[in-house]
Amino acid sequence: MTKEYQSGDHRLAVLREVSFTIPDGAFVAIVGPSGSGKTTLLGLLAGLDVPSRGSVLLDGSDLTTLSEDQRARLRGAKVGFVFQSFQLIPTLTALENVQVPLELRGDDGAPARATELLARVGLGDRLHHFPNQLSGGEQQRVAIARAFSNAPRLLFADEPTGNLDSETGARIVELLEMLNRESGTTIVLVTHDLTLARRAQRIIRLADGAVVSDTASSATLDPRPEALPEARVVDAVSG
Amino acid sequence: MRIGQLLGLAWRESRTARRRLLLYMSSISLGVAALVAIDSFASNTQQSVREQARALLGGDMALNSRQQFPAPVLAALDTLRREGVGVATVSTFASMAFVARSGTTRIAQIRAVSAGYPFYGEIVTAPARQWARLQSGRFALVDPSLLTALSARIGDTLALGFARFTIIGTLVSVPGDVAVTSAIGPRIYIPSAFLDETSLLMFGSRADHEALLKLTPALPPVRFIYRFKERLESAQVRYRTAAETEFNLTEAVDQLRDFLSVIGLIALLLGGIGVASGVHAFVMRKIDTVAILRCLGATSAQVLFIYLLQAAVMGLLGAAFGALLGVVIQLALPHVLADFLPVDVSVSLEPRAIVTGLVVGLWVAMVFALRPLVALRNVSPLQTLRRESDADALRGAKFDPIRVLLALLVVGSVAALGVARAEDAQQGLAFAAGIGAAVAMLYAAAAALSSGARRVVRPRWPFVLRQGVASLYRPGNQTRAVVLALGFGVFLMSTVYQVQHNLLRSVSIKLDASRANVVFFDVQDDQGAPLDTIVRAHGHTLVQRTPIVPMKIASINGLPSSRIIGDTTKGRPRRAGWALRREFRSTFRDAIVPSEKVTAGRFHTGGSAPPSLPQVSVDVSVANDLKLALGDTIVWDVQGVQVATRVTSFREVNWTRFEPNFFVVFERRALENAPKQYVLLARVNGQQAVAELQRDVVSRFPNVSSLDLTLIQQTVGRVLDKVTAAIRFMAGLSLALGIPVLFSAVSATRRERLREGVLLKVLGATRRQVGRIMLAEYLLLGALGSLVGVVLSVAGAWGLMHFVFKQAFQPAVLPALAVALLMMAVSVSIGLLTGRDVFQETPMAALREA
Repeated sequence: MTKEYQSGDHRLAVLREVSFTIPDGAFVAIVGPSGSGKTTLLGLLAGLDVPSRGSVLLDGSDLTTLSEDQRARLRGAKVGFVFQSFQLIPTLTALENVQVPLELRGDDGAPARATELLARVGLGDRLHHFPNQLSGGEQQRVAIARAFSNAPRLLFADEPTGNLDSETGARIVELLEMLNRESGTTIVLVTHDLTLARRAQRIIRLADGAVVSDTASSATLDPRPEALPEARVVDAVSG
Repeated sequence: MRIGQLLGLAWRESRTARRRLLLYMSSISLGVAALVAIDSFASNTQQSVREQARALLGGDMALNSRQQFPAPVLAALDTLRREGVGVATVSTFASMAFVARSGTTRIAQIRAVSAGYPFYGEIVTAPARQWARLQSGRFALVDPSLLTALSARIGDTLALGFARFTIIGTLVSVPGDVAVTSAIGPRIYIPSAFLDETSLLMFGSRADHEALLKLTPALPPVRFIYRFKERLESAQVRYRTAAETEFNLTEAVDQLRDFLSVIGLIALLLGGIGVASGVHAFVMRKIDTVAILRCLGATSAQVLFIYLLQAAVMGLLGAAFGALLGVVIQLALPHVLADFLPVDVSVSLEPRAIVTGLVVGLWVAMVFALRPLVALRNVSPLQTLRRESDADALRGAKFDPIRVLLALLVVGSVAALGVARAEDAQQGLAFAAGIGAAVAMLYAAAAALSSGARRVVRPRWPFVLRQGVASLYRPGNQTRAVVLALGFGVFLMSTVYQVQHNLLRSVSIKLDASRANVVFFDVQDDQGAPLDTIVRAHGHTLVQRTPIVPMKIASINGLPSSRIIGDTTKGRPRRAGWALRREFRSTFRDAIVPSEKVTAGRFHTGGSAPPSLPQVSVDVSVANDLKLALGDTIVWDVQGVQVATRVTSFREVNWTRFEPNFFVVFERRALENAPKQYVLLARVNGQQAVAELQRDVVSRFPNVSSLDLTLIQQTVGRVLDKVTAAIRFMAGLSLALGIPVLFSAVSATRRERLREGVLLKVLGATRRQVGRIMLAEYLLLGALGSLVGVVLSVAGAWGLMHFVFKQAFQPAVLPALAVALLMMAVSVSIGLLTGRDVFQETPMAALREA
């Protein structure tokens, strides 16, 4: 697919003929320097936006043929989100934030399921706190609980550790990995942090709106970053 | 998502914003309060005005005749009595009254009344409750001035013709009987049962006969007229209904109600603006939450529903609060206006007014809230990943049918409100059109400012000025929104001020003209000057000395009046006989007085000289009855002398005032030397002083009678004071509540400016520089909005005064400028507050929020 934006008189291509498939249950990282089109790609994959040309197939549905509201319903049913800035609704408590996707689906057991999810991310005792009463790590754990509340087939994480210190970040990633293993949820992680990316099974690298490489992660083979020849290049670009 | 869950989410999501949203929506409260109070008050007063009108007439209908009622009419009255209609009669004539104890006589106005008179209204006497005793014997109730004139006291025997009556008290107030012009002399009320004993009313004696009727529900006035019209007219009996009296009475009440109606409308519109700009600011704060909800799978309809529901609930609360406030004002108004309301107004809750207020309030709030709310549909879930500026995040398609529809809805609602509240549809549409024109002009002014700023800004200007002025035209600028909201608010508030200023001006003219409180009648030509001296010797001031010359019409356009009366040629416009037969009591002066208004021609200024005929000005209703046209010649019979005149103007006369008024006013030179009488108006302070003066005058000039108007005057003064207070109060209230509304309207743009300010600070701008940039922008916005608003308000107020209140308009320039300056100050202080906030936030916090 291709995504272009109209900028003044000329069109600016942010993504150029990007094409790949992510199998069910996979854990994929999309990496690339700032401005490479990562976030745009994530938006298109999740159906937050539609490509200028080409199509996005999500669990068999072509997102480009769906209306805005149909895509919203699809998200509610099959997609979860974790953001860099958590994006919790400030006026709702932790529990209520987790309940939202369930309630949007009309799920009756929303409070019970939300309580259980928060307990699983270790926040069983902070159900009724508001986002501004929680630390960054706790907020992100609420966000993850919310992302999993509708048992999504697919979870999108946009720099989920970007606003956290490394230790807290590591715990968040462990949580994601655990949920991926236990529920078989497909995870698409967008980051410019290679250490984080290497925990995925597969890494898609973007530069200037195009896929420059799509490889199985070497993490399972060789945990050292030096083992990846492309890593240095990307590090040099992003660093 | 099920409706219960959606409601729950809407409720929980509103948690921290409830108070803010309620504040925005409560802008509508004042409008609803005004509406409820005004409607309730109006329906309460309407009832009491109707009662007062009947009290003034004394019955539902009155029949009048110059002669005894002829047999067919008397037969009709008998029939009516049998049908349950109340009939009471009064015969009025002039006669000499004599008191044996003091041996003095005096000409007086005798009123022989039958039992039951009057059916409505109460005649107050001193000592109290003597009216009820009147019919039980040979009793008389008299004007206090008669006692003075006859050196009599209560208990004395009064001789009228061959009958003797005991004076049992004096008259304090007789409803409807304040017209000075009708007073021939002091009044004496006697029971009609003893009228024959006096032998004063022989066949052919001059007397007015009146029958008051208290109709039954089965026989309303319209049906009565239909049934008896011909019989009455052929017997030369005139008839009046209470409704006709009502009309004259309610001028002040009507003006107050019209003013309150205008205030109510304006308050509603001000509330609408407050709601619109408040909700706009609210919507900008909700962009992030909406983006998250969209991301989590909420449809745009669900999102819209959540916020519509919040707004509706808060709007209902705001309207309910307004209705409550309105009820409180309604309960308070009769107390504030106690003297103003003629009868005790039984204050009752008016469920219709309350429900109307609630519905209209909620409707206006929602109509104005919808426009900013629907912009939330445009918030894309992408905003969670990459946040654009508020304006960009809310921007939708260039042509959005829903927004066009909503704009039409606002226009339609304003027009509907105007039509529903105004006296007639035309006035309502004119009102709506005026508002539309004001909005269009404000929009044009804002657009001109925007493009003007773009053209005028120069690179060599100091940075802060350039930056501030550039804010007026840069993409996402708020020029139109602020100028429109501020200018429209100023327009409405200043209009209220201009209208109240002009209304109060006319009230104060009325108060001035009514300063005289003692009237002397029947002052002969040679008594004028000495009476003057007596009044002055007592240390009082003479307010007015009006000459009166009695006369009859001799001929019109050369046709003698006797010929005109006899002329029954078919097809020729009939001239009313009464006006040809009656005696006119006319005056002469060469200037118009405040109680008159020229409706055609020009009032004479005394410039004419022979051989041209002296000019006269005729009351417009008499002119209509006589079928007069400007330029007609009338020859008057002034006690045997023929005086030829030319009609050069028609006047409308306000007869409800105290000063003597006249059907015909002559040019001075026509009557200067004719035998005349005077009516003197004097200003005398203190009851004791009035009594002393009256005694002195009567002892010197026994033929002069006098009337003490102090009580009536005080009542009227109090009434006007209350009307003034009510008008001031409502105007003040709307001004006071308008300011916070405008404050919130201008504040709606603060967030964007705050973000820019913080960026500038990060880049090294000093506090002074940021402050000045804000100052430049908000000063220009405030100046333009306020000035255009004030100029428009002068036009609006002129329209209201001219078309609704039908009074002269004089712009209050200084207060208008003061309003403009005040609103500029409001705008500038918002700018400066924003600048201050820029420095209270750390750059990081502000940028992260951005």
